[in-house]
Amino acid sequence: MKNTKMIVAIAAVLVVAMVAVAAVSMNGGKSSAASTEVTVFAAASLSKAFTEIGEQYEAEHSGVKINFNFDGSANLKTQLVNGATADVFASADNKNMNLTQIAGLMDNSTVKTFVKNKVTVIIPSGNPAGITSLTDLTKSGLKIVIGDTTVPIGNYTRTILKNLDNSSSEFTDYEAKVMANVVSQESNVNNVVTKVALGEADAGFVYTTDAAGAGSNVSLISIPDEYNVIAVYPIGALLSTTHSAEAISFIEYVLSTEGQAILSKYGFITVI
Amino acid sequence: MFDQRVGTIKAKGWRYDLERYALRFALGGMVIVAIAFISIPIASLFLRIDLQDFLASLSDPAVIDALWLSLLTATASTAIVLAFGTPIAYLNAHNNYWGRAIVDTITDIPAVLPPAVAGLALLMAFGRRGVLGQYFHLFGIDIAFTTTAVVLAQVFVASPFYIRQARISFQSVDSQFEDAARTMGSSRLRTFSRISLPLASAGLLSGAIMAWARALGEFGATIMFAGNMPGKTQTMPLAIYTSLEGDLTPALSISIILVAISFGVILAVKFLGRRMPNAS
Repeated sequence: MKNTKMIVAIAAVLVVAMVAVAAVSMNGGKSSAASTEVTVFAAASLSKAFTEIGEQYEAEHSGVKINFNFDGSANLKTQLVNGATADVFASADNKNMNLTQIAGLMDNSTVKTFVKNKVTVIIPSGNPAGITSLTDLTKSGLKIVIGDTTVPIGNYTRTILKNLDNSSSEFTDYEAKVMANVVSQESNVNNVVTKVALGEADAGFVYTTDAAGAGSNVSLISIPDEYNVIAVYPIGALLSTTHSAEAISFIEYVLSTEGQAILSKYGFITVI
Repeated sequence: MFDQRVGTIKAKGWRYDLERYALRFALGGMVIVAIAFISIPIASLFLRIDLQDFLASLSDPAVIDALWLSLLTATASTAIVLAFGTPIAYLNAHNNYWGRAIVDTITDIPAVLPPAVAGLALLMAFGRRGVLGQYFHLFGIDIAFTTTAVVLAQVFVASPFYIRQARISFQSVDSQFEDAARTMGSSRLRTFSRISLPLASAGLLSGAIMAWARALGEFGATIMFAGNMPGKTQTMPLAIYTSLEGDLTPALSISIILVAISFGVILAVKFLGRRMPNAS
């Protein structure tokens, strides 16, 4: 009696699972029959701009569907080196692109710089900590959020702190004092923005593009170009791509006037 | 169980036998696939790192910091869960008051809530601009980005594992003993501490171990609510995520430590399960 009930229950669960799998695979079958899917691994800081570029590209190229995987460049590189399948890789720095190239995964002839970016300090709207200049970041008791050394923004932030430290008497011990206020080192730039926009942190170091994306939730304290790091974004097709024509066509679109216009709308410095 | 029932039936011809063997073969195949699906990925962690690298990374300060912080916070969270969870579990095991179902549901929710949702919820409540956090902030208490935040995140996600198990354990204590003690004039508290608690102890301990293991593995809520700061809020799962850089060695080492701990937890719970009264 008990056993019969158990068997019926297990059978029911199995049937539901099979129906679900069938539904998903039928759905997948439908979309892949209608179009070529191009998988783009892109740095988290590109998420908004690339999503729009993807929509535009799909509108102009029927039969192609662009799928994005947005994450920290280091995580994307790790995924690729460990066998993740992708057609295009867009990194937020040359370091992770170079490591992917050294691993022999990139079609080197397709790798190009497609956009540039800068670092800025953001503070939550309302500025509870009363930060008005870069020197204010050394005030004790502040909560500052930066990127971890494993992600480009984390390295750029440390470089900028060193540049300021070495510059003039105005910024004595700048790096040590700011680092003493760091309460979290995020492995993804979006997490830095979120924590500042929510007002949980008093300040954060992010890209100008992220600041543009956070809108009125944050205000900026800009870092002069002579201390700043100009971030270079490379894009390229993977050697393992099974539709290299579509991959290269997408890369060309990113470098075209239309693609660059979208990127500049989101705060990027264009290259053409 | 399947065989016993079949055994009483006399052979019903080749067709029946064929069906029996086909079924056995199919079930056997499914079991093998299921076991392989779980064990191969876990074994792969060990195959991607050699012993020397593993031992070397055990002296890596980042790994040591994460390990200590994890053990410390998970133990603190478990202590808090025990302190607050035991009365709730006991109350709900013995009393049928109005709203018991609601209390049960509320204490179970964190077990099925996605970790990212739990982290966001904690931030909305205890963050500097949070529903409760804004008042704490007035008194100069900021919880987010502290070790306290790590513990709160772990308590939130791990509590259902203990409370559910504790309630079942208290319910499985034979009430005759409790009633006898009460009629002999033992106070409520004394009955609880001398009768109910010892008789339910094996189940309570296994619930506590499960909660501790869940706390140790907490990732999503922690990274959102406590941030990622080596030595302060970077627990083992966060260290794995952060070190997914060129060198996978620290990530693999920490993963192996966690696999070993998980294995120990399962064994301990199995052993305690045998010592529980009315174990089925």
